[in-house]
Amino acid sequence: MRALLGDLASSLVVFLERLGAMTRFAGQVVAQLPAALLRPRLVVEQVYNTGALSLVIIMTCGLFVGMVLGLQGYELLQRFGSEESLGMGAALSLLKELGPVVTALLFAGRAGTALASELGLMRATDQLSAMEVMAVDPMRRVVVPRFLGGVIAMPLLTAVFIAVALYGVQLVGVQFLGVDQGQFWSQMRGAVEFEDVREGLVKGLTFGVACSLIAVFEGYNAQPTAEGVGRATTRTVVISAVVTLVLDYILTAIML
Amino acid sequence: MLKPVGGVAPTAAGDNVAALHDVDFAIDGKPIFRGLDIAIRRGAVTAIMGPSGTGKTTLLRLITGQLMADRGLVEVEGRDVATMTRPEIYRMRRRMGMLFQNGALLTDLDVFENVAFPLREHARLPERILRNIVLAKLQAVGLRGAARLRPQQLSGGMARRVALARAIVMDPQLLLYDEPFAGLDPISMGVVLRLIKSLNDALGISSVVVTHDVREISQIADSSYILSDGRVVASGTPAELREHPSPVVHQFMDGLADGPVTFHYPAPDYRRQLLDRSGVS
Repeated sequence: MRALLGDLASSLVVFLERLGAMTRFAGQVVAQLPAALLRPRLVVEQVYNTGALSLVIIMTCGLFVGMVLGLQGYELLQRFGSEESLGMGAALSLLKELGPVVTALLFAGRAGTALASELGLMRATDQLSAMEVMAVDPMRRVVVPRFLGGVIAMPLLTAVFIAVALYGVQLVGVQFLGVDQGQFWSQMRGAVEFEDVREGLVKGLTFGVACSLIAVFEGYNAQPTAEGVGRATTRTVVISAVVTLVLDYILTAIML
Repeated sequence: MLKPVGGVAPTAAGDNVAALHDVDFAIDGKPIFRGLDIAIRRGAVTAIMGPSGTGKTTLLRLITGQLMADRGLVEVEGRDVATMTRPEIYRMRRRMGMLFQNGALLTDLDVFENVAFPLREHARLPERILRNIVLAKLQAVGLRGAARLRPQQLSGGMARRVALARAIVMDPQLLLYDEPFAGLDPISMGVVLRLIKSLNDALGISSVVVTHDVREISQIADSSYILSDGRVVASGTPAELREHPSPVVHQFMDGLADGPVTFHYPAPDYRRQLLDRSGVS
């Protein structure tokens, strides 16, 4: 029992140390934001790397999530004879929950791991150290543009995911299962408020900040070995997924 | 003249581009340096030698201000690195170049952009002038024709030469080389060796070469230090070191397996360990 408590205490200490390190790291990132914004080309490159290169996976997953939602929603609503509400239900669930959350999980798996492994390999091959010796701050030149790229890309990817998913719902619900097209769109337009769109965007932006910060933190502080880079990549996905779901609950509770 | 063990060449402060005085440094409680004294003479090629794990690379990181000494004084151009602010350290580094063991080229940039990197970061030059400077540096290392190759397409020796072109692109006053000959074939090694000497003489800079390739560096070094057990065990010209009475220096210069520096990491008795079935401890 004492050993168990000891293990728990040491795990707690490690967790708090890591949290403290990440908070300090976040402070350094924020301090370098103005300087990084003065070089928009670097940020645009990273929006392309994290955003544009994630589009295929986001759109593919969005389409299938929408199609599944169409099938399940239709099956459920049919029991109450209100299949025409499919568009409204799908839009609200995608805008408020599914869109931001699934996009964040996909973002962590695709862009987050790419960021973490890239930075980890740069650390392992002395590229970051070389920059320091060349009097170039790697935080300003490498870390912050990647962080900003992720933060900008995430809400855009969320919007794309939701749009493609709604097309998937429409494809299954209207084209395959015969829901009335006019009812589908008009009920959606009638029910969706600006607050619902804002909730999705706020969540997308918040998840973007969290997932990008976790990825650059883990990559930048990776042990400079093959095992260290692998561990940083794994931690990026796991921590991002957990933090996304925890933040989702907190944001939902606040915005309800 | 042979220098006493642990001694520093008695030069005036102005003659030294960098110096370490009585420096202690430890990593995770393990002492790396204990009372280290080294002087880097202006305009000379200074070799830092010693067995693996003696902290030769750490020494370079102390000079660049990437690490700070626990005790003692690290001076660059007469200024204590420990008292410098971060912007001052960055300004100091602009007058330095460093060649990393593996080249440390930025893998998302081609050869030209790697060499241009410090200029793009620090100097606002018209593209035409920048291009001419980069091509001149690539010409100096014989790789002007490889300007558009990616780092992944270069051999080890070529990558090292590109890194050298990058290290000199800002016209530094002090060039630091971390194991520049490691893993190179004899031809590449000869090329890099001649480059170090010719760049040092042609550009009028000071060079610090960390290496354990005794024979090669002896051809170009003006002075050498041998480190062991956290301090300088001998210093002088390569010829002087060859005549040094210290057994550590003798073992190192002649590449002997037996001597004060043991080949084997401390371990229990070999026979007893083989007979013991409890595993490796």
